[in-house]
Amino acid sequence: MTQFLDIRNLTLRLRGGPIILWSVSLRVTSGMVHGLVGESGAGKSMIGKAVLGTLPRAIEVMGGEVWLDGVDLLALPPRDRRRRIGETAALIPQDPLTALNPSKRVGPQITRRLIDILGWSKSEADQRARTLLDEVRIPDIPRVMRSYPHELSGGMRQRVLIASAFAAEPKLIVADEPTTALDVTVQKQILRLISEMRIRHGTALLFVTHDLGVVSKVCNSLSVLYAGRVVEEAQMPRFFMRPIHPYSRALLAATPTYLDPDGSLQPVPANVIEDVENENHHHALRAGYDV
Amino acid sequence: MRDARAHIRRPLGARLWLSGTWLSILALAAVFAPWVAPHDPLAQDLFLGRLPPFWMDGAEPGYWLGTDSLGRDVLSRMIHGARVALMVALVAGTLTCIIGASLGVLAGFYRGWSDRIISRLVDIWMAFPPVLFAILLIAVMGPGLVSIILAIVVIDWTRFARVIRAETLSQGAMDYVASAQIAGRTRFNTMIAEILPNILPTVVALLTLEMGIAVIVEAILSFVNLSISTDSPTWGGMIAEGRTSVHQAWWVLVFPLFTLFLTVLSFSQLGEGLKDRFDPVLR
Ligand SMILES: Nc1ncnc2c1ncn2[C@@H]1O[C@H](COP(=O)(O)OP(=O)(O)O)[C@@H](O)[C@H]1O
Ligand SMILES: [Mg+2]
Repeated sequence: MTQFLDIRNLTLRLRGGPIILWSVSLRVTSGMVHGLVGESGAGKSMIGKAVLGTLPRAIEVMGGEVWLDGVDLLALPPRDRRRRIGETAALIPQDPLTALNPSKRVGPQITRRLIDILGWSKSEADQRARTLLDEVRIPDIPRVMRSYPHELSGGMRQRVLIASAFAAEPKLIVADEPTTALDVTVQKQILRLISEMRIRHGTALLFVTHDLGVVSKVCNSLSVLYAGRVVEEAQMPRFFMRPIHPYSRALLAATPTYLDPDGSLQPVPANVIEDVENENHHHALRAGYDV
Repeated sequence: MRDARAHIRRPLGARLWLSGTWLSILALAAVFAPWVAPHDPLAQDLFLGRLPPFWMDGAEPGYWLGTDSLGRDVLSRMIHGARVALMVALVAGTLTCIIGASLGVLAGFYRGWSDRIISRLVDIWMAFPPVLFAILLIAVMGPGLVSIILAIVVIDWTRFARVIRAETLSQGAMDYVASAQIAGRTRFNTMIAEILPNILPTVVALLTLEMGIAVIVEAILSFVNLSISTDSPTWGGMIAEGRTSVHQAWWVLVFPLFTLFLTVLSFSQLGEGLKDRFDPVLR
């Protein structure tokens, strides 16, 4: 099995400020789903952005490699990197409202990449968009393609974005908390849809979430991120049976689906959090970064 | 499934209608001034001095809004004054918009050093008292249409730069911009094709607002006799002249003042109305 995405010792920091990712390593196998779990602010989205080449300008890459399909993206010149990413990867974003351009009709927003990057004709791209919209079970496709984003509900928009992500047959999709912004009732449908679509298309998925319950349903393996550092990397069934890192255990205990036998919900204990933070501090001193 | 807002067909709106109508009338009057104006706006006739408007005793037929102390027809002077006012509004407004908005978009989209330079420039610029700036400029260049337009551009580009920069910054942080880049758009293309359409409503609103401001600035400069030469009538000049004889002939002051007010109000209402129409989310 090949590692389609292989992040090695990626260290990011805010320019002139704190470290945001501490030598993060993470692998996604072709056709598999790798979960990336951690609380808000842990740096999950930054990892996704590093892979997709959309890091904010304020963030600086201090070291590491991001191998995508056998090429180190960080070693490529920007133009080649963009093309490479455009051909092989896509994003399912967190907020379907801001992820579609409000001033453009939905159809062209799906076909854009097919025309721009793959050089398809407009009619081919349109046909492809219709097929994909059908796969994500959107009714009245011609009307939806003519709609502006605000004319669609959140769930519909997310379906459109899923169709759009799969349209160019990327080998890897980064799904950054794809259900967080949706109604609870819609979340399950969207989750199921993403699973179904990625099986049908054989796409590898880097699934970013803060919800271990979701991970247990869709992922083959996972990395637990805490305060910018991977504290545990595990295959799926093993993690839920025998989490190793104290933070993972605490996280598991704090997840409602995995209650203790006595049914109580455990908050993540403060001493666990302190331990990880001390670890970061020592790491920083070793690496000679300002803290 | 469809958002409820989509079902509400927004009517064109009274303010868009009213302001549009008034500005159209004004524009037509300005373009066709020599044919529309009943009299030569400069022709003096001391025997016809201070004639009241048509509904008052002593009005002379043909002089609808009366005459000033030199016997010049108020209506004709206002119609010719509209030429200067609209010319300044159009040229100064457009130039200010192009310069300010371009710099704002560049600063807000590329950030980094271009933002630092442009933002610093805006800060320094705004530290100058604007009226002093304008008077200085006109003192150096001499009064005239070009000086006025230049003064307005030089003073007001910062308004566009600041607002558009902020708007571009907030648009640039949205996921659709990231998606466009993942899909292979270059940064320049992203700016033009993705971001620009979304800040257009704001640009339009600011532009019309600026046109109104330009009309006021021109009137003020005419009022203090810094505008163009006295042989082309301007609203500001009429107001200045009318002020001295307001007790004998209020109409010389009131009509141009009211026209000025209506025009500035129309520009700002047009801007608001257009912004709503342009905005895809409100449309
Ligand atoms: N545009 C940005 N500029 C500077 N710092 C940022 C920016 N975006 C996020 N950060 C910082 O990076 C860290 C990681 O953020 P993020 O990856 O978005 O977290 P997560 O997705 O896990 O919630 C946070 O501490 C956040 O404050
Ligand atoms: Mg995030």
